Amino acid sequence: MNILLQPWPWYVAGPLIGLMVPLLLLVGNKAFGISSTLRHICAACIPTKAKFFNYDWKAEKWNLIFALGMVIGGLIAGYFLRNPNPIELSESAIESMNKMGVKNYSGFIPSDVFNFSQLLTLRGFILMIVGGFMIGFGTRYAGGCTSGHAIMGLSNLQFPSLVATCCFFGGGVIMTWFILPYIMNL
Amino acid sequence: MKNLKFLLLGTIFGIILIKAEVISWFRIQEMFRFQSFHMYGIIGSAICVGMISLLIIKKYKIKTFSGEEIKVEPKTFSKGNIIGGFMFGLGWAMTGACPGPLYALIGSGLPIIIVVLLSAVLGTYCYGCLKDKLPH
Repeated sequence: MNILLQPWPWYVAGPLIGLMVPLLLLVGNKAFGISSTLRHICAACIPTKAKFFNYDWKAEKWNLIFALGMVIGGLIAGYFLRNPNPIELSESAIESMNKMGVKNYSGFIPSDVFNFSQLLTLRGFILMIVGGFMIGFGTRYAGGCTSGHAIMGLSNLQFPSLVATCCFFGGGVIMTWFILPYIMNL
Repeated sequence: MKNLKFLLLGTIFGIILIKAEVISWFRIQEMFRFQSFHMYGIIGSAICVGMISLLIIKKYKIKTFSGEEIKVEPKTFSKGNIIGGFMFGLGWAMTGACPGPLYALIGSGLPIIIVVLLSAVLGTYCYGCLKDKLPH
């Protein structure tokens, strides 16, 4: 039980994530990927004439059910298998984040920035609403996310996925090093 | 009923994401600042296992449990891989989450992330409406 409560090291968690690729293929001939669920949600919930959303989303229901499973998994791990200690970050990372004004390192997100009362501040709006929008717009424009491109696509030796993964990291590094420190101080 | 297996796999995947801490905003910051090997170890070993599994499936022409031939659609290159990928990266570093972790975070008891998810759905919706006008 102790092992379950502790965080899992990378060499356990990484291979387990990788196993999702063959498991989904063996179980249902499905390509691993999460971001398509955002498109299916649009197709299912928003009435529109855009032909991008006029397809049989019900045929892709498995993807939405997989995402629902992830919510349940998050609940199980978040409530019953929760690591009682804060995440063991590297000292240099904590030092860098302290400089940006992060104070609370308990939990998974900096709760003084990501909460409902911060939504109407400029900083909170940019980080949560604009950030979320860019994830949704970007992932569909790029044709996949970290799972579909970085894991599934690279596992399948796809050149477009290599390009996309490099751009994911390029965008992330530029945001982290050059833009985020300003947003955090708004 | 046939979808139950996807629910189960999703649940397992959600648990792994939480226990691996890849859903942590702090871990993503640490990754983009190159201050820890953790995230690179996870992504790298996941790709290795995925790649070897696919090689085995292709080499031995392994079929699905129900006997179907396994097919993986190739990804097609477009300028979107670059422009969209870059945009996605910006959003990834801001929210500290990509689509998978959003779902797991909501489950872990963070309703504020529902707002981020809805905004991502809106982003996908806007892409769908503008698709024909964007360079591909």
